[in-house]
Amino acid sequence: MKMIIMHILIKFIDKWSIMKKLVFLQIILSSFLYSSLVSATTLKYEITIKNHRFSPSEITIESGKKVVLLIDNQDETPEEFESYPLNREKLIRGKSQAKVFIGPLKPGRYPFFGEFSRQTAQGTIIVK
Amino acid sequence: MFETAIIVFREILEAAIVIGVIAAATEAIPNRNRWLLSGIFLGVLGAILLAYLGSGLSEFADGLGQELFNAGVVSIAVVMLAWQTIWMSTHGAMISSDAKKTGVAIKEGKKALSVLLIIVGVAILREGSEIVVFLYGISASGAQANSMLIGGGIGVVSGVLVGFIIYSGLLRLPVGLFFKGTAVLIAFLSAGMASQAANYLVQANQIPALISPLWDLSSLLPNASLLGSFLQTLLGYNARPDGIQVVFYVVTLLTIFFAIKWLNRQSKLLVLKETMK
Repeated sequence: MKMIIMHILIKFIDKWSIMKKLVFLQIILSSFLYSSLVSATTLKYEITIKNHRFSPSEITIESGKKVVLLIDNQDETPEEFESYPLNREKLIRGKSQAKVFIGPLKPGRYPFFGEFSRQTAQGTIIVK
Repeated sequence: MFETAIIVFREILEAAIVIGVIAAATEAIPNRNRWLLSGIFLGVLGAILLAYLGSGLSEFADGLGQELFNAGVVSIAVVMLAWQTIWMSTHGAMISSDAKKTGVAIKEGKKALSVLLIIVGVAILREGSEIVVFLYGISASGAQANSMLIGGGIGVVSGVLVGFIIYSGLLRLPVGLFFKGTAVLIAFLSAGMASQAANYLVQANQIPALISPLWDLSSLLPNASLLGSFLQTLLGYNARPDGIQVVFYVVTLLTIFFAIKWLNRQSKLLVLKETMK
């Protein structure tokens, strides 16, 4: 009885792994297609972190467009770029840069902050 | 100091919740504690290692290594949690029944325990490495290092306390409800992590967000609130999810649900055949 269950389980896992491979392949293929499509049109915005402050602290972008934030942390200490409305969280080490893709977004104000120094590191993405 | 405590607490909360639920679910399996502690130890070790290797990692893949790594780690957790809840719902009775001491239960239990090890290790690894980077950053910056490290300690202890409360809370449930409850909780944990994996991949521009956001409840129950972040880990709650996150979430839940249904029906059919002979 146990043997039979095991047998069925193995068969089931076999089928499952083939399906998983197919799905995975599809995800990889479509993501390649997709990223080659966006990379040509993605606008870049630079943000610097210095003395636990973002500059510029306000960035205006166009609605419905995907953009990439290039964040340069010039402090010695690490910072975490975080935004609840943008659904983003990214650790940026001291003296290093990071990339965060955001959008496409609806018009509005999207505040972000540095989790490790919240009082000073504040900013907003304004979508028009 | 309190700020540091809160930051560390928020980072550790997720790992604490996952470990609390999974520890309760595997309570009856012999040798569970040894595996649980090994998982915690390996997770902490991995987190420290990752924090040191991390700067190379984050530059990998054109500055998106962090997201891709996190997506990979979270995906492992999704599969392991899914396996755990499917296993519990199809074999659980065997472990909890009088067969507890038999070789079968121990052999079967071992599989569950190695999964437990991976789940616990992975849960600590990801957020843990961020805590290490953060605390290392403070201690390197000199100044109020001591009070901040104390804050970090308070954060860790209160996070662990929440995990323990969940653990002992689950154990107080009546047996029937306990099995169903932990199985359902783990299924939701798994789905929530799948949606998180989707979020990492969207952030790294690897998959489309579909509709973003699909809904917006951030004025009602923001993820920034304590309840919000608690529900975020426990059930995968998101006030403003991307469409793709909801797809990952629902697909994971349905996969687990139907796998359990299917396996249970198969074993029932087998039992029927056996008795017919």
